[in-house]
Amino acid sequence: MSSQTGGVELKPKLRRADFASDQTVRWCPGCGDYSILAQTQKIMPTLGVPREQIVFVSGIGCSSRFPYYMNTYGFHSIHGRAPTLATGLKIARPDLSVWVVTGDGDGLSIGGNHLIHAMRRNLDIKILLFNNRIYGLTKGQYSPTSEYGKKTKSSPFGTAEQPINPLGVAIASECTFVARSLDSDTQHLTSVLERAARHKGTAFVEIYQNCNIFNDGAFDAFASRDVRSERTVTLEHGRPLLFGKDRNKGIRLQGLEPEVVPIGQDGLTEKDVLVHDETRKEPTLAYLLTRLNYPEFPVPFGVFYTADRPCLDGALDEQAIQATARMGAGNLERLLNAGETWTVTEQVVQESP
Amino acid sequence: MSTQTEVAVPRHVVQELDEVVIRFAGDSGDGMQLTGTQFADTTALFGNDLATLPDFPAEIRAPAGTLAGVSGYQINFSSHDIRTPGDQPNVLVAMNPAALKANLSDLEEGGILICDGDAFTDGNLAKAGFKSNPLRDGSLNRFRLFDIPLTGLTLKAVAETGLGGRQATRCKNFFALGVVFWMYERPVDYTRDWIEKKFKSNEQMAKANTLALLAGYNYADTTEAFTTHYRVRKARLEPGTYRSLTGNEATAMGFIAAGLLSGRPLFYGSYPITPASDVLHELARHKNYPVKTFQAEDEISAIGAAIGAAYGGALGLTGTSGPGVALKSEAIGLAVMTELPLVIANIQRGGPSTGLPTKTEQADLLQAMFGRNGECPVAVLAPATPAECFSLAIEAFRIATKFMTPVFFLSDGYLANGAEPWKIPQPADLPKFEVKQWTDRQDFMPYRRDPRTLARPWAVPGTPGLEHRIGGLEKEDGTGNVSYDPLNHEKMVHLRAEKIARIADDIPAVQVNGKGSGRVLVIGWGSTYGAITSAVESLQHRGAPVSSIHLRYLNPLPKNLPEILARFEKVLVAELNLGQLRWLLRARFLVDAAGLNKVQGKPFKVSEIVKAVEGLLGE
Repeated sequence: MSSQTGGVELKPKLRRADFASDQTVRWCPGCGDYSILAQTQKIMPTLGVPREQIVFVSGIGCSSRFPYYMNTYGFHSIHGRAPTLATGLKIARPDLSVWVVTGDGDGLSIGGNHLIHAMRRNLDIKILLFNNRIYGLTKGQYSPTSEYGKKTKSSPFGTAEQPINPLGVAIASECTFVARSLDSDTQHLTSVLERAARHKGTAFVEIYQNCNIFNDGAFDAFASRDVRSERTVTLEHGRPLLFGKDRNKGIRLQGLEPEVVPIGQDGLTEKDVLVHDETRKEPTLAYLLTRLNYPEFPVPFGVFYTADRPCLDGALDEQAIQATARMGAGNLERLLNAGETWTVTEQVVQESP
Repeated sequence: MSTQTEVAVPRHVVQELDEVVIRFAGDSGDGMQLTGTQFADTTALFGNDLATLPDFPAEIRAPAGTLAGVSGYQINFSSHDIRTPGDQPNVLVAMNPAALKANLSDLEEGGILICDGDAFTDGNLAKAGFKSNPLRDGSLNRFRLFDIPLTGLTLKAVAETGLGGRQATRCKNFFALGVVFWMYERPVDYTRDWIEKKFKSNEQMAKANTLALLAGYNYADTTEAFTTHYRVRKARLEPGTYRSLTGNEATAMGFIAAGLLSGRPLFYGSYPITPASDVLHELARHKNYPVKTFQAEDEISAIGAAIGAAYGGALGLTGTSGPGVALKSEAIGLAVMTELPLVIANIQRGGPSTGLPTKTEQADLLQAMFGRNGECPVAVLAPATPAECFSLAIEAFRIATKFMTPVFFLSDGYLANGAEPWKIPQPADLPKFEVKQWTDRQDFMPYRRDPRTLARPWAVPGTPGLEHRIGGLEKEDGTGNVSYDPLNHEKMVHLRAEKIARIADDIPAVQVNGKGSGRVLVIGWGSTYGAITSAVESLQHRGAPVSSIHLRYLNPLPKNLPEILARFEKVLVAELNLGQLRWLLRARFLVDAAGLNKVQGKPFKVSEIVKAVEGLLGE
């Protein structure tokens, strides 16, 4: 904010290293969290927000250690509750840049209620949900995003639970920025994080993150480098949904049914393919895209949906300004003497006018 | 009365009384709380001292005419200083048979009983379990019965407004209020103005209610049934400007005042819960003050947000009742670990579980003390009267910010809804408290402590150079870095305990009400103050060697408490639970304290305490 307002004090330009704290990073070697941390530190200097104005809030879990490694203000709170702390902080201090770091267990299981309400309120906060489809810190139980039938320590016979769709939850919760990225696709991750940071309102970013200890290769089937171009599709606003090494496959909509079609065969061209419009007012199509999954479909990455809606923090401040304009600023004298009063003198009681 | 002398002789006798207790009772849809409040406000403006006890069911509209649906409002008003809503009503207004059934046993022998005769239908009598109509069968001969066709008279009075039967009937509480206003020489003006304001957008309703009110008043004035005015002279209150205040209003005002006095904005995170919701309502309408309210998705979010706001430099406040505190426990632990200033207001109600939502109880003291995992000490305060909620709310934040700690504020349903006249203080007389916000980069460490209070610095985001990380994991002393070191953990547990203990150096000594030594010392805390003090003072008037103390600070306890305990032969702890403070005092001071305990969802009667003390004196 200071760089934009052109303040008198010229601050030295911050670098990525300025956002690394002095704490030793203690994630397992090879964890996808390292990449997410690195990309986050990388985009921070580009935002023009001074370090002291930035707060990272987290819950519990591997991902929630994140704030310790950021040289900003940080709050490692309790399981699932990071959105609540972020909400109070942002309402009390709209001037701050507030980021929530959470995981699939933290954000969608124990803290699911808070997550949906934070999103519907559209506070100007950024929520990064690291989805590794497993409980890592508690050593390998299935999570709400674990695939049906997954065998883990707590589901030795396979789970019998349908996994939740994080982006579907975000859309259903009226979130105004809904995106997905991948820990190992650093370029894509950087661009999505940057866009999230610049969005005015709640930005929800699901980041597929590999837990190389308890769920190694969870996303390899579609996200490993050798197959990624064939089995994922990158969403770009205003561009057709094309994928494949030669961009020769596309997603076509037949009524409400999406289908994969070959481009250049059977007279099919790019024009037949669905064009991505992240700003479409009705999020139904965006929701449909969140349902696309490998192997039937390529897995979409990018910004699914954005909307421009007033933020709660701003709206509350606006109400306060209007109330003050209407009623005058409150003070102790007014507070104490509000309502019906009467005065007692030595003997006489008189009602105040 | 002879007709010839009608002009010369006053039509009505005036009887002077010192103190009157009236209870209004009816269906929960009959507007009894409103009627009671109007009588209380008018009485406050009139200049009496007063105390009130609203008592209503948890259901908004329980089945009409049933015992479960009875709602009551008791008011005690007097020409002298009073502290309780009264043990026994002198007057009972019963709007239907169920209200009569539920309340008659409380009415004093020979007391005034006003009933709506029209509501004593066969159906209503059966619902209330009456085999015959008590208005007719002589069973009420012990009382001065006024059997008034309230419903019919109300319908006639409001007929000109053209209001339909059901809506017209709903005006009957104002008719009853008019009758009682006449009996006790209260002016109708305040209620008339109130009706006008309240029904500004519904002229028909405003007119009907006003007509009913005046008709009731005139009915009492002209009917020969009423021969006596009862006069309760103005109380000799200390000179000053007054207003009437419920505990929840005082609580909200105190917290706003704390914000103004400290120069810090107040943030209130709360989830609706009886009987705490009025604090949320009250704070939410003060948007032109530095107050922000947040109605959270649940109790946990409410406190999480308050902690987030406190971290950001606001006065973080969350308010709830016992079940909500249970949900907030883990977050309170987080605030203890991160040593942030936070106030948790628990407006206690009957428990356990959902318990008795609208009834009063003091059974959350041990929950406030210990209801968390780990060694997790917090400060605990409890206001003694509705008006005292104001000053203790300020005190809660003074302590929270000075010692960087969560503080419990234990009110209850009785204080929350009870009203009393409050002498408005001068702003200059309120305690100022300075809140230090850390800005010094030199040698900053998040857990470096003030040598006297042991408080850590409040270093809020936005302060350049103080970027740091806090959280629920154990902290290394000083640096605040995560530490699993065994000896460091032990040291930190002791430091957190010692910090709370040192609050004792910062709070006033407890005062003995009565002689400093004697046979019996009665100890109370919270809303029992009025009943205990009235009981002890009446015993003292009779020369009994009894004194009392009332604890506003429950953790830490005042430093002079042990020496006071030692000067009395017997200690009686009176509380609305099974002995929670007694348990603490016995554990802490090895004192053989006896208990007077009541868990009926109702406050103590003065007579109950008198009897218990007499029992101890007689031993």
